[in-house]
Amino acid sequence: MNDLTSLTIAEARGKLASKDIGAVELTDAYLAAIDQANGALNAYVAVTADKARDMAKASDARLAKGEGGALEGIPLGIKDLFATEGVHTQACSHILDGFKPRYESTVTANLWADGAVMLGKLNMDEFAMGSSNETSYYGPVKNPWRKKGSNLDLVPGGSSGGSAAAVAAHLCAGATATDTGGSIRQPAAFTGTVGIKPTYGRCSRWGTVAFASSLDQAGPIARDVRDAAILLTSMASVDAKDTTSVDRAVPDYEAAIGRSVKGLRIGIPKEYRVDGMPGEIETLWQQGIAWLKDAGAEIVDVSLPHTKYALPAYYIVAPAEASSNLARYDGVRYGLRVPGKDIADMYEKTRAEGFGREVKRRVMIGTYVLSSGYYDAYYLRAQKVRTLIKRDFETVYADGIDALLTPATPSAAFGIADQDMASDPVKMYLNDIFTVTVNMAGLPGIAVPAGLTGDGLPLGLQLIGRPFDEETLFALGSVIEQAAGRFEPAKWW
Amino acid sequence: MTLIDTRTPDPKNFISGATGDWEIVIGMEVHAQVSSEAKLFSGASAEYGGEANDHVSLVDAAMPGMLPVINEECVRQAVRTGLGLKAEIKHRSVFDRKNYFYPDLPQGYQISQFKDPIVGEGVVSVSVGPNSKGEFEEIEVGVERLHLEQDAGKSMHDQHPTMSFVDLNRSGVALMEIVSKPDMRSADEAKAYLTKLRTILRYLGTCDGNMDEGSMRADVNVSVRRPGGAFGTRCEIKNVNSIRFVGQSIEAEARRQIAIIEDGGTIDQETRLFDPVKGETRAMRTKEDAHDYRYFPDPDLLPLEFDQAYIDALLKELPELPDDKKNRLIKDAGLSPYDASILVSEKAIADFFEKVADGRDAKQAANWTINDLLGALNKAGKGIDESPISAEQLGAILDLIREGTISGKIAKDLFEIVWNEGGDPKQLVDERGMKQVTDTGAIEKAVDEVIAANPDKVSQAMAKPTMAGWFVGQVMKATGGKANPQAVNALVKAKLGLE
Repeated sequence: MNDLTSLTIAEARGKLASKDIGAVELTDAYLAAIDQANGALNAYVAVTADKARDMAKASDARLAKGEGGALEGIPLGIKDLFATEGVHTQACSHILDGFKPRYESTVTANLWADGAVMLGKLNMDEFAMGSSNETSYYGPVKNPWRKKGSNLDLVPGGSSGGSAAAVAAHLCAGATATDTGGSIRQPAAFTGTVGIKPTYGRCSRWGTVAFASSLDQAGPIARDVRDAAILLTSMASVDAKDTTSVDRAVPDYEAAIGRSVKGLRIGIPKEYRVDGMPGEIETLWQQGIAWLKDAGAEIVDVSLPHTKYALPAYYIVAPAEASSNLARYDGVRYGLRVPGKDIADMYEKTRAEGFGREVKRRVMIGTYVLSSGYYDAYYLRAQKVRTLIKRDFETVYADGIDALLTPATPSAAFGIADQDMASDPVKMYLNDIFTVTVNMAGLPGIAVPAGLTGDGLPLGLQLIGRPFDEETLFALGSVIEQAAGRFEPAKWW
Repeated sequence: MTLIDTRTPDPKNFISGATGDWEIVIGMEVHAQVSSEAKLFSGASAEYGGEANDHVSLVDAAMPGMLPVINEECVRQAVRTGLGLKAEIKHRSVFDRKNYFYPDLPQGYQISQFKDPIVGEGVVSVSVGPNSKGEFEEIEVGVERLHLEQDAGKSMHDQHPTMSFVDLNRSGVALMEIVSKPDMRSADEAKAYLTKLRTILRYLGTCDGNMDEGSMRADVNVSVRRPGGAFGTRCEIKNVNSIRFVGQSIEAEARRQIAIIEDGGTIDQETRLFDPVKGETRAMRTKEDAHDYRYFPDPDLLPLEFDQAYIDALLKELPELPDDKKNRLIKDAGLSPYDASILVSEKAIADFFEKVADGRDAKQAANWTINDLLGALNKAGKGIDESPISAEQLGAILDLIREGTISGKIAKDLFEIVWNEGGDPKQLVDERGMKQVTDTGAIEKAVDEVIAANPDKVSQAMAKPTMAGWFVGQVMKATGGKANPQAVNALVKAKLGLE
């Protein structure tokens, strides 16, 4: 059974097509793995065993007829943020207690249309607000990686902590995730997996619980670059139900892997070298530069002058949009309702009890920065800064840069309930320092595992691309992956 | 908006208080539901009525993960309305979120337009009156802007002892908010403005204007000042749902404000409701204190953009609007301004009239449409769309008069028959022998008979020529009303030797 779960999507795809393995046995292998591991890791908040088996059976039938889709029979985990019809969809929040939508998100509908199998819903930071998966109503996720010789439980990153942990621990062949400020790339970097946030508008947001509408984007977390490319090809589509989705053909992203990167100009932005950054990360960055150079890329020092304003601007814009997007969770139509003496009392009690601390914090910040007298100074100003950040990238790309290489995170995975992190919310926010710029500019970004720290924890490198040029990211990511090798955690659970 | 005074103070509009004269200053925000099949941002039906929560899509119910998608038909209707208001159409406008909590607002925000509305400044020409002398006053009321926004659902608090019910059918229906400038100076002007606005919307087919169904509501802003003086503090009377109540609420509110000021007090800017039973306004039970709506551009929607060609195409297809139609009827058909204004007050009436007048004498068509048809409809409490007589039937009656087949008097009888029983007028005249007698020989015979039978009356008539009328009456009676009255008149006078 272990062998089956160690197959990548590409490998499983081949064996299913050649009938070496069947979809049901593959799904059963994963269900058994989840059964054995989830108690320890807490990656899944809902396992859909019966549904998975039904879907796998249907896949076997199609495969037998030679009518298999692009992901036929491939068992996937789905972040709890995606609406899955008839199945637990709560964004890991208490306020959506018992919510099972009668509709399917466009992204997951695309996956099922291609024949994939749903194993269950994955843990995440509540409403995607967090960088460690510690704000989930269902408790934290444990990173399958541990420091050498340590029993300390580490965070897998967030908000897509469940997705990243499940992929790293082989509890699914691949997973869906979302990224608003780094929630795909940072957990991927913390768990030695590959995660890509595509260009804003590449994937439909319909049926994906909204956090920050102008920043949210769905994307895959997978074991390697090829698997990520395969998943993204299925997930992406234009959608008439989402006006912000872009009508642009979805290429076969897998075809970009192995593409030569000779002559590509890779920008190294100096502003991503921050004070106090661990030496190991700088070393890794230089290593990445060397690998790309060896592959024939040209390395260019560039400047993105407004980089340092991205994080503060993000923590104004995102909470502002969230404060409005989360207004609908009021106990009236679905989810948790705590009765009150009148409507205002019901609202207050329901939301006080239903939302966790981090969500409340961001709703308050968001309300404040939009409020009369403060709108201009905060929200409007942050949006102007955003334009400047976008322009930084546009200038650099106009100068002939094809992609940028940066660290993915300012550190490796830290401990669950880390006191330092808990002492100051801003410390947690700083985890996103290298990733938020990409969301603010609406660009694609990929995190690829590139090495280990001295105490054996994965570190990732980030590549940032031109709008809708995910192909170049897959090509470059593949080069790094070839050079760096694969990273798998030692099983302690 | 900066308040600019476009009207010269007119004493006839002043209200006299204890300490002198006062002027009322009125502005209006009209919420008009767009006539469209689907709602503004969701594909659900915008139809009025239906079982509670029948017309609710996932988007209207604000389910998690839902997104708004603009309904282009609503955009078209808003642009057409803007053109009907002679207003500036903005090639680029933005949707903003207006954030507040209420159960009939599932999203917790209303999608509206705050900073950049789809339509800018325009103007409405209004005929106020007629006064006791039958005169009209022509005024112009400025329009500040028109924007698109979502309507909210309906809350019902009286269906259950402890719970309120929410019906989301109306949630998300497209509204056009039409904001006037504070150019009105009396309740009559306000009523006339609202009436004219409603007519324009109905002509365009962009809103049915059914205030009793809630498809058009008015928020009325009222303040008072010394004639020509500085603008006073205004109060807003919300959700007035009939033209009559608009007038009553303005007068009640103006009186209230004048009394306060003359007593030495000041007006607090507040939102009020009109109580038609008590005939007064009262402060709204404050939901919260001054709302901070935290407007920001809706990130789920792109800015609304279209080019001049789009606007021009819509302009080309507009129907003839009431003012243009009225002027044309006055100029080309020679109708009086009064008659013309009645005929254009409803597009359906104008259409009816034009069908009747087609190829016929316009003035006669106007008289019959206004006096006979509309008169009968008003008496029966029916609208033009429920008229038992069609334009074709009325036209046929007029043809019969023109051909001399029937007299004007007989035509009135015929009208009543067609009203009550229906049928083809020409056929009815034949069947029931209603043709007027024009044969002078036959008429002469009847005149002679009456004269011969009433010698005493003859001598009376000689002395008092007006007595000829008696003879005419008798001849008409004798001929069952069918004799041509003019011919009878002429013959009676001739036979009696009167001229």
